[in-house]
Amino acid sequence: MREEAAAPVPVLHRPRVRRVGSRALALVSFALAAVALAAVVAAGLLVQEAAQAADFSQKNLAPCWEHPFGTDWMGRDMLVRTLAGLSTSVLVGLLAAGASSVIALALGVAAALGGRRVDAAVNWLVDLMMGIPHIVLLILISFSLGKGFWGVSVGVALTHWPSLARVVRAEVLQVKESPFVAVARRLGLGPARIAARHMLPHVLPQFVVGLVLLFPHAILHEAAVTFLGFGLPPEQPAIGVILSEAMGYLSAGMWWLAVFPGLALVATVLLFDRAGSSLRRLLDPHSAQE
Amino acid sequence: MIRFVVGNVARFALLMAAVSMVTFVLVSVSPIDPVQANVGQAALVGMSEEKRAQLAAYWGADAPLWERYANWAAGVVQGDLGTSLRYNAPVADVIASRALNSLALMAVAWTASGVLGFVLGIVAGANRGCLADRLVKGYCLLLASTPTFWLGLVLLVVFSVWLGWFPFGFSVPIGVAAADVTLADALHHLALPAIALSVTGVANIALHTREKTIDVLGSDYVRFARARGLSRWGALRRHGLRNLALPAITLQFASIAEIFGGSVLVEQVFSYPGLGQAAVTAGLGGDVALLAGIAVVSAAFVFGGNLAANLIYGAVDPRIRRGKGGGAHA
Repeated sequence: MREEAAAPVPVLHRPRVRRVGSRALALVSFALAAVALAAVVAAGLLVQEAAQAADFSQKNLAPCWEHPFGTDWMGRDMLVRTLAGLSTSVLVGLLAAGASSVIALALGVAAALGGRRVDAAVNWLVDLMMGIPHIVLLILISFSLGKGFWGVSVGVALTHWPSLARVVRAEVLQVKESPFVAVARRLGLGPARIAARHMLPHVLPQFVVGLVLLFPHAILHEAAVTFLGFGLPPEQPAIGVILSEAMGYLSAGMWWLAVFPGLALVATVLLFDRAGSSLRRLLDPHSAQE
Repeated sequence: MIRFVVGNVARFALLMAAVSMVTFVLVSVSPIDPVQANVGQAALVGMSEEKRAQLAAYWGADAPLWERYANWAAGVVQGDLGTSLRYNAPVADVIASRALNSLALMAVAWTASGVLGFVLGIVAGANRGCLADRLVKGYCLLLASTPTFWLGLVLLVVFSVWLGWFPFGFSVPIGVAAADVTLADALHHLALPAIALSVTGVANIALHTREKTIDVLGSDYVRFARARGLSRWGALRRHGLRNLALPAITLQFASIAEIFGGSVLVEQVFSYPGLGQAAVTAGLGGDVALLAGIAVVSAAFVFGGNLAANLIYGAVDPRIRRGKGGGAHA
């Protein structure tokens, strides 16, 4: 017994791998995703011209070293087209999701602070928006604006706010009832000061995370509406346009026209998703310690 | 009970009125000229001014918005949804003939994705942290980011073009009289679109069921059941299943709107003659009556799904049943 006690204290439980702080990991993952997305957008913007360049001596090529994604029936390089299309899609998605989040913030705050009538009206509006299938509503709005860039942007902006508005409303309601706001009010602070100093810091993280998580939806819906023919016009490089044009060439066996641009879109959406969930891990106090 | 029925009927009527009004306003403010969209650019140029005005009057394109809406609403109340410009047939007929195709597609995909998602969610939750859990989680995260229409295209390339197992679109074989189409033919054509639609629908329900399974397995009543000697699966089956089913049913019925949207895209990819394809044709062609009809029908469909979810809660969860009974008496 005595000899054992003299030996160095045995470690009963040692983690198999050395742990890296989860916050650091989340931060790195967010930064990587953001940088990758910025790179995609920048690359896409740089090759906008090249994406339109047709070379009929190089048409219908399967993927090879010079053209990793192959070429289409006009000899345009699919990698360049995909990059240009992705950057268009991401920019439209950013614009639409940004506008949508402003609507969500305004309506959510109005519902929470504007009294029962406003609350009921906003809730009814949310129910109405959720009562029509998303795609049908997008088609209607885009059609009413004559399709094209504005049709799809406004359509996505006007249809993606309900879920975020609900989150904002719930958050603001919760903070409104909290003791520290009651104390601040009793101490004689004005509503504007209470909103800025005591409510904003609580609602903002949820809002920012919700905004980032809106991007993937916005991008996917932009691509879908464009694919159906209600979005960006055919002369603009967009993933939806590429895929809907590719449809006519699939039966001829030109699989690369659809497979690679779609994979690139999935990768982009995954990057946004990763950025959003790591941001949530960083900002959300409930899961910050996990 | 009566209050429940009246309340739902009133909400339904209000929703339908709002949806139809929104649809009408949206379609009417469109800069797309219905006359031009229907006869085509080339024919329009060759047409005299009189002819154009005549066509516009025939299609009612020159009447003011409220008058058109009033006419349309009066017809709908009598069961007349108007005439489709694009298909040159009553809207009700067009919708009815296509709704069957769409309903078959959506029903198969909805059931398959619901059952598959539920099972995958339970398996992942019960084996938390294991390989099965990681596979299911990875699959769900990947699928949640995959556009349905692209998945449809990939399935087409793989199974129709390369392997030749499934037909390249449409709902019946080409060159076969409608009377000779067998059920097997119809199912053969239905398979690929239904797979594309259900594969993406799995993610949401599987992830939520997984979370809920982890909750249930950590609960006091399951711990007690395990202490009495029940196996993990036995405890899950006897005590967990009802608790797991409720959120799953909610989600699955709430996903009806999503699956309708997905069917629009899938039908377009597979040239499948359903409601979604008709909606796209109507939208591209400025067919106001058909577009309004489909929007209203789809909204009614979503409303029906939510109502069904409310009714089924009572059957699954006795607490809600009792609560509602008390509410109706009060």
